[in-house]
Amino acid sequence: MDLRPSDEQLQLIDAFGALYAKESTAERVREAEPLGFDPRLWSQLVELGALAMAVDEAHGGWGATLLDLELVAEEHGRALGPAPLFEAQVACRLLARTDGAAAADLLAAALAGARLPTVSPRAPASGGLALVPAGAVATDVIVRLDDRLIVLPLGDDRTVPENVGSQPLADVPVDPARLAGATVLAERSGAELFDRALDDWLVLTAGALAGMAERAVRIGVDYAAEREAFDQKIGAFQAVGHRLADVATASAGATLLAREAAWADDEEPGRRAELAAMAFSFAAEAARDATAVALHVHGGYGFMLEYDIQLYYRRARGWTNVLMSPSAAARRVADRRYGPEGAS
Amino acid sequence: MDFRLGESSEARRAEVREFLDAHMSLALEEQVYRTGVSHDGDFTRALVEQGWMAPSWPVEFGGQGLDPEEMVAVGEELRLADAPMYGIGTTMMVATVIRAVGTDEQKAEIIPKALAGEIVIVLGFSEPEAGSDVAAATTRAVPDGDEWVINGQKMFTTNAQIGDYVFLLARTNTEVAKHKGLTMFLVPLHQPGVEIQAVFTLSGERTNIVYYNDVRVADAWRIGDVDGGWHAMTVALTNEHAAGFAAAIDRLLRAAETWARTTTDDDGVPRLQDGTVREALGRTAIDLEVSRLLQRRVAWMAATDQAIVAEGPMSKLFSSEALSTRAQDMAEVVGPDALRSYFDPTAPAHGVVEHMLRFSLGTTIYAGTSEIHRNMIAQRGLGLPRNR
Repeated sequence: MDLRPSDEQLQLIDAFGALYAKESTAERVREAEPLGFDPRLWSQLVELGALAMAVDEAHGGWGATLLDLELVAEEHGRALGPAPLFEAQVACRLLARTDGAAAADLLAAALAGARLPTVSPRAPASGGLALVPAGAVATDVIVRLDDRLIVLPLGDDRTVPENVGSQPLADVPVDPARLAGATVLAERSGAELFDRALDDWLVLTAGALAGMAERAVRIGVDYAAEREAFDQKIGAFQAVGHRLADVATASAGATLLAREAAWADDEEPGRRAELAAMAFSFAAEAARDATAVALHVHGGYGFMLEYDIQLYYRRARGWTNVLMSPSAAARRVADRRYGPEGAS
Repeated sequence: MDFRLGESSEARRAEVREFLDAHMSLALEEQVYRTGVSHDGDFTRALVEQGWMAPSWPVEFGGQGLDPEEMVAVGEELRLADAPMYGIGTTMMVATVIRAVGTDEQKAEIIPKALAGEIVIVLGFSEPEAGSDVAAATTRAVPDGDEWVINGQKMFTTNAQIGDYVFLLARTNTEVAKHKGLTMFLVPLHQPGVEIQAVFTLSGERTNIVYYNDVRVADAWRIGDVDGGWHAMTVALTNEHAAGFAAAIDRLLRAAETWARTTTDDDGVPRLQDGTVREALGRTAIDLEVSRLLQRRVAWMAATDQAIVAEGPMSKLFSSEALSTRAQDMAEVVGPDALRSYFDPTAPAHGVVEHMLRFSLGTTIYAGTSEIHRNMIAQRGLGLPRNR
């Protein structure tokens, strides 16, 4: 057992941590609102290798492990990075796992910076694809249709709704003709590829939510250690300190579990999918609760836009719900442990 | 990073499982529950024969030299089986303190007998007016020649009725701050003036109130310095604070899974197919994973000589609170059949869910309540100011 990142991983954390400290300050996060996209941060992330590392060497990448990506994701969450990091990483990893020229061409274009692919976590409904993550800034969206995987170019017909987490989401109208005419990436292995991509996404988002939760706890603690009421620091009141202790504990657990899930991708593949869903469900609740408690500790100031904690509160909800609720993830854990509902 | 406990830990786990297959039975589990006594002569003798009374101790002191990660695997298996280990646990906890701060005479007298399973040592810390605030103890020890005379009352002295010695926290100085006027003694229980009164608890465990009326103990049985008892207590409680209840959550989950697989609804569909059941099982499995990770982190830190600050309290707090929450959830999900008692022949999965509902209540109270652990996390871990 060894819970310490390797020296190389510590260097990775330092390098990305330094980038986020410079290019994803609270001020920059605010400036990127409401769209939630900072082109300068994104180009610097890509320059540092955020996309290349996600892809194996055979496809022109660096072949980093999912654990390496998860450690970067924690920094991304801590800094609320306004950039489509996970969407692009997940799409590129999916494309690298997909045979055929269409996938290879799109991946090469993505690594060259010419295209920006994303993935829709939801199947198209009658109105189209709802709330596609990074859909407002991406050039292509990969969509699962039962066993098939298709890719749709994103155009001017998308709409970009304002949303609680200031994420670059898009509603994309699709009709049967457009779906039928779309480029097919995979004919029969689509469900499998999509599930694996979703597992990556759950793990990376879990890492980000764990980092976000830890940072929110720190913001709450710092405020409670300074602010005085009734002649003492409010952090000395158990009504305040105990709630912070609970969310600090959950945040620590969320970080451990996100890292274990990422580690399992290579080291214990039999538990990969189960742990991915576990990590997401737990980190989502940890971030939800940590941001709520840290905001509440600020009293009326927490309700003011001027204080940064609201930035965390809103993204904890946005980054979670764009994928799935903690309850849905808990049921996904059951699917992985006991087989899909209705199977036995 | 590596989240595996390691090959040697898994080898120890396999050994313990083999041992439990031979020496642990449903009948013994029921005996522990019906009597409320988590101690058994035959089981203890079998453990002694294996040399497993103090597996973490160095070999030259009669242990097996197991590292903290190996101990995690051993502990997980013993607790999962609900093996009768409580009396051994308190005995060896005190033996560990004596090894650390005892005199040569104390070591020679106590340690061989403890390792041989010949004595049971119980804990006399809590009092009617001193539970979480254990340093507020008022049981008095007054010097009389080369002896001390003890008067007072202790609460929750589990196994006192089968114990040979009590590791007693007593006040020896009322003129100083409360932490600084305490002394620890190893008091023989088989003597006049010791009165033991049974107390029965919600989990089925029998514990005791013990009254001390002019009980005498030789100064040679003082453990540590006069007024230095808090240090000896700290040595003892450090072990407790590394505790966790992952194995109990595992017991709950396994019982609930057995129930869900073997029980059908009115239409003959297995309950495992019900979305509500699946979510409850999924959430229990998640809390088990987190409890394990928090507990194993403490072991890893101990194995690598890192200072454990809030990590121990986080393990105990999270796992005990999660056990309580999930036991309640599961009882509601199982429905009316969850009312059937532990070891009632009509109960699903031996009624483990029903038992966990009651058992979990104690876990958030003993060995430091959740509130005590939250204080430690807030102050030591987060650096918040002390509460007044």
